[in-house]
Amino acid sequence: MAELILSRNFSVPDAHTLRVYREGGGYKGWDKAKGMEPAAITEEVKKSNLRGLGGAGFPTGVKWGFIPKGSTAPKYLVVNADEGEPGTFKDRYILERDPHALIEGMLIAARAIDSRLGFVYIRGEYVQPWRVFSAAVKEAYDAGLLGAGVPGGGFDIVVHRGAGAYICGEETGLISSLEGKKGWPKVKPPFPAVKGAFGHPTIVNNVETLACLPPIVTRGAEWFAGLGTKTQGGTRLYSVSGHVVKPGVVEAPVSVTLRSLIYDHCGGIRGGRPLKAVVPGGSSAAILTPDEIDIAMDVDGPKSKGSMIGSAGIVVMDDTVSIPDALMVVARFYAHESCGQCTPCRESTGWIYKMTHRIVEGKGRKEDLDTILDVAKRGAGTTICAFYDGAVGPYISYIEKFREEFEALIRSGAHA
Amino acid sequence: MPKLTVNGKEITVPDGTNLIEAAKAAGAEVPHYCYHPGLSIAGQCRLCMVDIDKVPRPQIACNTQAAEGMVVQTESERVKDTRRSMMEFHLINHPLDCPVCDQAGECWLQIYYMKHGLYDPRMTDEKVHKPKAVPLGPHVILDAERCILCSRCVRFCDEITGTGELGIFHRGDHSEIGLFPGTALENAYSGNVIDICPVGALTDRDFRFQVRVWYLDTAKSVCNGCARGCNIEIHTNKHRTHHNQGKRVARIKPRFHAEVNKWWICDAGRYGFRWIDDESRLAAPGVTVDGQSVETTWDDAVATFAGRMSRYRPEEIGVLASPQMSNEDLWALRRLLDSLGVMHRDFAVPPREPGEDDKLLIRADKNPNTRGAQLAGLGPAAGGLDAGGILDAAAAKKIKLLWVLHHDLTASGFAASRVSAALAGAETIVFQGTNANPTSARAALVLPSAAYAERDGTFTNFEGRVQRFRPAMAPLGEAQPDWVTFGLLAARLGKAGTDVALTAQRADEVFAALAAAVPAFSGMLYRTLGDTGQMVSA
Repeated sequence: MAELILSRNFSVPDAHTLRVYREGGGYKGWDKAKGMEPAAITEEVKKSNLRGLGGAGFPTGVKWGFIPKGSTAPKYLVVNADEGEPGTFKDRYILERDPHALIEGMLIAARAIDSRLGFVYIRGEYVQPWRVFSAAVKEAYDAGLLGAGVPGGGFDIVVHRGAGAYICGEETGLISSLEGKKGWPKVKPPFPAVKGAFGHPTIVNNVETLACLPPIVTRGAEWFAGLGTKTQGGTRLYSVSGHVVKPGVVEAPVSVTLRSLIYDHCGGIRGGRPLKAVVPGGSSAAILTPDEIDIAMDVDGPKSKGSMIGSAGIVVMDDTVSIPDALMVVARFYAHESCGQCTPCRESTGWIYKMTHRIVEGKGRKEDLDTILDVAKRGAGTTICAFYDGAVGPYISYIEKFREEFEALIRSGAHA
Repeated sequence: MPKLTVNGKEITVPDGTNLIEAAKAAGAEVPHYCYHPGLSIAGQCRLCMVDIDKVPRPQIACNTQAAEGMVVQTESERVKDTRRSMMEFHLINHPLDCPVCDQAGECWLQIYYMKHGLYDPRMTDEKVHKPKAVPLGPHVILDAERCILCSRCVRFCDEITGTGELGIFHRGDHSEIGLFPGTALENAYSGNVIDICPVGALTDRDFRFQVRVWYLDTAKSVCNGCARGCNIEIHTNKHRTHHNQGKRVARIKPRFHAEVNKWWICDAGRYGFRWIDDESRLAAPGVTVDGQSVETTWDDAVATFAGRMSRYRPEEIGVLASPQMSNEDLWALRRLLDSLGVMHRDFAVPPREPGEDDKLLIRADKNPNTRGAQLAGLGPAAGGLDAGGILDAAAAKKIKLLWVLHHDLTASGFAASRVSAALAGAETIVFQGTNANPTSARAALVLPSAAYAERDGTFTNFEGRVQRFRPAMAPLGEAQPDWVTFGLLAARLGKAGTDVALTAQRADEVFAALAAAVPAFSGMLYRTLGDTGQMVSA
C-alpha cells in the first residue's frame, strides 16, 4: 500500500483538533509558505501538476494565474465544499476528520492569490462536517492562525452553508448563492478570476484540491508530481460505492487503474458476481463497461474511453442492476436539479426523464431511444454551465452501451 | 471601433457592441428571446447562437462582443440547426393555445417557429402544468405555462424600476415567474413587462380579449399625459366595431426614442386614453338656448361666437388657453388674440393635486405642451391678467366673456368659491375642448375639439424637444382641431387677413408660420422633425 497523504489523518483519533493535527506535522506547510513569495507558491503548484479535484480537473496553479495582474481589488478565495456529485463523499472526510488540512491549504492559497478573505461554501446537508469544520476554524482563530495576524494583511474565513441545490456546486452557481441570490450559474465571460463573488476577482477551489497544498509546499512540487502521471500529480481520494465488498474512500496515486480500485482496494464485486458497469467519476461521467476498466484514474484515463474522472466518485454495478432503471434514476436527478435558467437544460432534462420513466414503466416506444439520444446531443454544449453536459454523459452512454437491454424492455414492456 | 465580417459583409461597430447588434447593423436578424437592449445580458434562451470562425461551437451572440477581424455566420447550417433545436426546447412544454391567446399575431414563438423552427414535434408526454390567469397587479396577468422564462420582466423590475417584485421560483422545468410574497406588480411602469414579454405569458388585463392584434391600425404619436412627451403608438380598432366594446382606441404602446423614453412608458400614460372614446366626448358644437344645450352647425356656432365677441371690448374678454393644446393651436390662438387686442390670457391653471417628478419618466407637470405654450406666448400680454386674475375679474364683472379652452376649472387647483364666483360673474362663457365637464356645462357655447389622437400636431416637451404626433383616426363627429376653429372665427371676425396661422389648410402650414415667427422654432418643419423631433433653440 502506497503512502497515505490526504487521508493520513482519517483514522487518527481526534485529528480534527489543532493539537493532534500539529502533532502530525500540521501547519508546517503554512510555516514554510509564509516565507515564500506569492508567485513562488503559484509556480510550485504549477510544477506539482495539481489538477482541480472537484470535477473539472483544471490545473490549479494556472487557474490562480487568471487573476488580472496588478489588480488592487479585493480577491476572494472560495472553497467549494458543496460536494453534491452523486457517488462522491470524499470532501466530507476531510471536513470531518482533517479540517485543519483545509484551513492550512486555504492559508497557502490565499497567500498565493493575495486574498484576505475566504469563504467556505458547505453543502447544506453536511451538518456534521459543518460543525466540525466551524470548530476547527474557531480553534485556528484562537491560536492566531487566522485573523488579522496572518502575514500579508490578515486572512479571515467565513463559513457559509448551502441550502441543498446540486447546481450550487457549479462554481458560478455557488458564487450567486454565496451572494444571496438564486443559485444560478453566471454567463461567462466574465470569468470568476476576473469578476467573481461580489464583483471581485475570485478563485474557487475544491476542498481536496486545497488539502493537497500543505504536502506540496512541505515536500516539494517534484515529489508531488512524481506520485502521479505525466499530466497530473499526486494521489487523490476515490469515493467508491455500489456493489463492491469494501466501499468507502480510497486514497491512491492517480495512476491507479480502475480495475485495481475495484478488485484490489475495494475487495472486488460482492458475492463474486460479475461486474456489469461502472461510473468512474460521479453521475455525470459516462458509464464504462467491464472491458473499459484497465485505465489509469487520472484526468486522461477515463477521457480515453469517452468518460471523465470528474469528482472520482466511482459507482460499481453488478449484474443485478437494470441499466434502464439506473438511467431513470440519474435522469430524475438531473431533471430535479436543473436550475431552470437555460432553455435546453430546463426543458430537455424533464423531457428525457419522462421518456426514461415511461420506458421503465413498460410504455416505451421504439423511437424513444433515438429521441433521447438526439435531444441529448442537440442540447450538449449549448448551455451556460456544464450541468447539462454532465447530464448528457449518462443519457448517451447508458443507452449506447446497453441499447439491447433498453430495446428488450421496450419490446416486452417488462424487465427481464 | 472593431471591424468584423457578418455573413460576408464587412462592418465597423462601436466598441462593446454585441453580435446581435452588430449583425443587425449588417442587415442580419439574429433571433433572440432573453436579450433586450435596455436590460442586462441574461444569456438564458440560447436562441441567439451564431458561428464564429475558429470557435469550435456556436456562441450566444448576446454575450459576445464584436472584435477586430471576427468572422461571424448567422445563417450557417449548424446555426440554423441549433436554432431549430432551441425552438423545440422552448415549445415542448408550451400549451400551444394560440387560438385563445392574446399574444397571437405578435408572439415571438409563432414568428420564430415559422422562420426558424418548422420541425415535426416529437414531444408526446404530458406537459408541465403551471398556474394560469394569475393577476400580478392591476394591469398585468400571468399565464405561467406560456412563459419561456426569459427573465426580461424580472430584470425590468430589478434594473429599470428598481422595485424587484418579480422572481423566478422553483427549479428545472417547474420554474415559474412569480411575485415575491407580500408584493404586487403595481409599480408606475408595470405595463412595460407586457411589451417586453416576447410571448403570451404576461398580457394586459385592460386589452385582453378585446380585439385581435391583426385588426389593429397603428399611428405614431406622443403621449399627452405629462411634460415628458414619451413617444407612443396608438393602436386603434376601426374596422370591427363589434370588438373592443365599440371603442376606437384599443391600446397604447411605447415607441422607442433614445433620448426621451427609451423603450418605456408609464402606466398612467399607457392606460390614460379612455377619455378619447368616452361618452363625454363633445361631437358637435352646442349652443344654450333657454337654458337647454342644443347641437348646432359650425357655421352657426362660429357666427354666434363672433357675435358675442363683438359685443365686448378686448379688455372685457378673458381667455384661458391650455398646455394640452398643440403648438399649432396655441400659435393660431395667439395670432387671433393679438389681432383682437385681447391681453387677458393665460394657460397656466394650477392642478388640484401637484404631481411629482420621478427618476425615470414621470413629470410633475401633467401637460404635454407647457413649454410650447410659453414659447407661443400664451401668457398674459402686457398689462394683462393671469389665470387667477382673469377669474377674479370675471367674478367682479370686469371680464364679461370668459373663453375656457380644455380646462375644467371646477377640478383645478383654484378654490371652488373663486371658480364659482367667476363662472357666475361672466356674462358669456365659451368652452372649447374635447370632453364635456362641469365647466362646459356652464357655457353658452361649446366648441368641440379633436383629440390629439385624431389629428396632426406637435408638442414641445419640458426639455424643449418639439415632437410630432399623427392622426390615429378621424375626429369624432364634428370635432375639429382647435387651429381650424380659430381660423374660422378669425375669418368671421374679419381678422384673418393673410395670416398663415389663421388661413392655413394644414397643420404643417400653421407650424411653419410658428417657426417663421418664433425664433425658438426657427428653421423647423414637420419634415425635419421626423420621428425623433428637434430641440428648440435656446
